[in-house]
Amino acid sequence: MVTTSGISADRVVEAFRQSGVTHIVWLPDSETGFLYEALVREKSLTLVPVAREGESMAVAAGLWMGGKVPLVLIQSTGFFESGDSIRGLVLDLDLPLVMCIGYRGYERTTPRTQRPDSAAVYLEPVLQAWGIPYYLVESDEDVGRIVQAFREAEQRQGPVAVLMCTEYTAARRRGNA
Amino acid sequence: MIDSAEATRLIYQHAGSATVIPTMTALRLWRALGLRLERDFPLVGAMGKASSLGLGVALAQPQHKVIILDGDGSLLNNLGTLVTIGNMSPPNLYHFVYQDGVYTTTGGQPIPGAHIVRFADMARAAGYRSAYDFSDLEAFASELPRILAQQGPVLVCLRVRHPPTLPPLAVGQIDRKKAIRQVRQTLTGRPA
Repeated sequence: MVTTSGISADRVVEAFRQSGVTHIVWLPDSETGFLYEALVREKSLTLVPVAREGESMAVAAGLWMGGKVPLVLIQSTGFFESGDSIRGLVLDLDLPLVMCIGYRGYERTTPRTQRPDSAAVYLEPVLQAWGIPYYLVESDEDVGRIVQAFREAEQRQGPVAVLMCTEYTAARRRGNA
Repeated sequence: MIDSAEATRLIYQHAGSATVIPTMTALRLWRALGLRLERDFPLVGAMGKASSLGLGVALAQPQHKVIILDGDGSLLNNLGTLVTIGNMSPPNLYHFVYQDGVYTTTGGQPIPGAHIVRFADMARAAGYRSAYDFSDLEAFASELPRILAQQGPVLVCLRVRHPPTLPPLAVGQIDRKKAIRQVRQTLTGRPA
């Protein structure tokens, strides 16, 4: 399935599979909701829905402690909400965790500080402040970056973020960006 | 009311090979008995998340028992966890909540709803397979072996009062990076 975002859900899920992901700890969001059906179809993945994003970091830490390969899938707003769990668990414990984050309000051609949605103003500076490397995924051509993120998380023994920029690609398809 | 140190001692005696995740005041009491470095992970630094972390371990290792020692203030800090756990329904998860009605760590200020909240009822409504509420040590001691033998998820609320002097938390003495990798090695058999 290729959604209006221009990113193929099947290709994204295949990247998760290639990376050895066993569990998706997630709270659906507008940018990555299109993945749901493909995630449910992929039998090698277990979905762990959480009630609030802060839980996702701790559930993922527990899965990792138990020998699995979790992926956290949340929106940037949930990333902000998860702040203390990221600090106290993911960063303090040097967890090799990949967080796939829906980049709400992303507009490539608008200077970051002038974006109307403050979620898109603060996401990258917060990641930088915490020293969390990140990759942008704007189209199918970028999906390989997900596999790269897992490699990097393992090598550095620390978190890496993948920012899903589907609002931008959807707007580009409509000719608005 | 149950003496929290005695309740902790009972759980310690019956924990067997389970992975135990103690937090806050329960962590102080558990450590005083002797943290089992290859099995237990002390949760400090992410208030309220002991049960979420325990859920992850329980899902990763479904044949292995996971015991969470939570606080009432901590659970309130992450109350949605009850629904997340109830929804995933891991049969190997045992969630003990020490209900003292106060934030002990910060000096004893009351938690919201200290005299109202009933965690066992909440857990049942959230999908836990069973839930208990104890305020008597003998009753708890009598039921504990049966509780740990049944399928989870189970929540056990313990109405506790603490000893006059609690053991120190001494967070700085815990190497948590090492601790999580030690438990991972035990659970997976793979080098950390």
